[in-house]
Amino acid sequence: MLANYGYEDGSGHYYIKIDTAKCAECADKGCIAACPETLFVTELDDFDDEVVLIREDARNTLQTSCATCKANGEKELCSAACASNAISFSW
Amino acid sequence: MAEIEKIEYWRWTESNWKNPEIPDWHGMLITAGVDIGSTSTQAVILADGVPYAYSNMRTGSNSPDSAIGAINWAMKDTGLTLEDLTYTIGTGYGRVNVPFSNKTVTEITCHARGANYIYGPSVRTILDMGGQDCKAIHCDEKGSVTSFMMNDKCAAGTGRGMEVIANLLAVRVEDIGELSFQIDEEPAPVSSTCVIFAKSEATKLMRSGWTKEKVLAAYCHAMALRVVRLLERNGMELDFAITGGIAKNIGVTRRIESLMGIKALTPTWDTQIAGALGAALIGKELVEKKRAKEA
Amino acid sequence: MITAGIDCGSQNTKGVIMKDGKIVAMALLPTEFDADLAAQRVYEKAMSEAGITKADVDRLVITGVGREIVKWGDAEINEVGAAARGAKFVIPDTDTVIDMGADSCRVIRLNEDGTVMKYEVNDKCASGAGTFIEAMARALQITTEEMGDFSLRHTKELATNAQCVVFAESEVISLIHAKETREDIAYGVHMGIANRIASMIRRVGLSDHFTMIGGPAFNKGLVSCMAKVFGRDIKVPDNNQFVSATGAAIFGAEN
Repeated sequence: MLANYGYEDGSGHYYIKIDTAKCAECADKGCIAACPETLFVTELDDFDDEVVLIREDARNTLQTSCATCKANGEKELCSAACASNAISFSW
Repeated sequence: MAEIEKIEYWRWTESNWKNPEIPDWHGMLITAGVDIGSTSTQAVILADGVPYAYSNMRTGSNSPDSAIGAINWAMKDTGLTLEDLTYTIGTGYGRVNVPFSNKTVTEITCHARGANYIYGPSVRTILDMGGQDCKAIHCDEKGSVTSFMMNDKCAAGTGRGMEVIANLLAVRVEDIGELSFQIDEEPAPVSSTCVIFAKSEATKLMRSGWTKEKVLAAYCHAMALRVVRLLERNGMELDFAITGGIAKNIGVTRRIESLMGIKALTPTWDTQIAGALGAALIGKELVEKKRAKEA
Repeated sequence: MITAGIDCGSQNTKGVIMKDGKIVAMALLPTEFDADLAAQRVYEKAMSEAGITKADVDRLVITGVGREIVKWGDAEINEVGAAARGAKFVIPDTDTVIDMGADSCRVIRLNEDGTVMKYEVNDKCASGAGTFIEAMARALQITTEEMGDFSLRHTKELATNAQCVVFAESEVISLIHAKETREDIAYGVHMGIANRIASMIRRVGLSDHFTMIGGPAFNKGLVSCMAKVFGRDIKVPDNNQFVSATGAAIFGAEN
């Protein structure tokens, strides 16, 4: 399943997409430690797989949370840490 | 249970229903789903996987009370009590507050399953405009979610967004659709990025002499544009279906169809019960799986 | 030299007359539904207060969102330029201006000479502007003017989550049901806005001397929350509503 967490408002469309099938295969979940804003948490999803998601209280402020990381110009720290290539950004 | 009060324009009709074709539930597998949303709560009771009774009401200020109120209203005049419910699943924003539930499941999963039942296995894209959010969901022929995208930051494209214009123009939410087509030609839309700005624009248009109907058309057009953006971002794959209260608002649904050049499927059940219905179906599957294991 | 500036805001229209670099008259009227009429009336009012007529004014400059409609000035300047000039004039050590109106908010970072270094505008989402405070005051059943005092009397550091005016109204109502005090809720509302403005400030870079202008700057509770979140003092000039119109008048005297 492709889970998109984020929001759209007048300033734009900000979603982080997590491919839960790929994520379920990963034991490390390196994204959690890699993110300086601790955006990622794990949960047992509806299919009883352990996957990551963006924590609920952070979903509507992604533009701000990810601003510093994205300003570095390189790949986002979470996508770089993800061994399964499960994370992508809409902006 | 719910009394009709003096006119509050946002208030849509609360209801309960009992299936006239199932006179006696004894001997059938009874499962239930309760969907506590930010704005409305539904309870659906299935007998062997077929809708037996349901209720649809405004969520109160206390979620557990809303859950209990909803299930009681659904069970009214059926002879059922909570003990007769073999398995109950809570879903929706308030899902952890269903005191008598056996499990909680996310509303995305429940909506997809419910839509699959209401619309059939051909549905692949579901739009659910909830009270305070807007969801685009993709599913397969079994009603399992393959992708989703939700916006709950912004009122534009949500039920609350429609209530704002209902209050402003003193029009019942249920009448918006019909009225929005009583116009000579489709006007330009108001702001589609913000309900507050849309509301100020609507106010100015009223003052400048536009009819209520024309203002509603401009507003519905704006809300449709907003929703179409979400659908396009998540990808549109036919067949397309709409769940939630907004499915009953032709002012928005027909405009979505014409903006995207597609037709949405016609529902066979009340679209607001999709979440609770899906929850009850998942409950049935879990019971059957357990029984198969134990057999 | 006599110049005039009219700031056509979505809620209020403000007019300022300056003579030889000094403010000699100010006038304010609600914009209501006719920005053009409001501008005409404000101009008349300001001129009458200054004891002058149209013929005496060397240059009239229009600013504000209503400048799309009000086209009878000698020149126009956008809100960023007007706010920057006005704020620098009334508080010379300003290096960041926060200009919050009813429907929009601008954060403007200035160079030492007062020219604009960088700016951020939010005019797409009402939750970072005065409308948000008005709507929450209604939900709390107090006046907008009382929001500041209530917030300053808070005893708890209540946080609010809703980002949208429409959802925040529902959130305030559930907080009331949960028996939170109006003082604490008002504080939570102001902290919410302060955090949204903070992300704009991060994008232009944090400086040291903040000046806030526009109607919501009268709200001491809001200003206190913003000062807390940014970690800086925030100066609010007297007559802060007229600062942009002043900036427009100053522009009129340039070149």
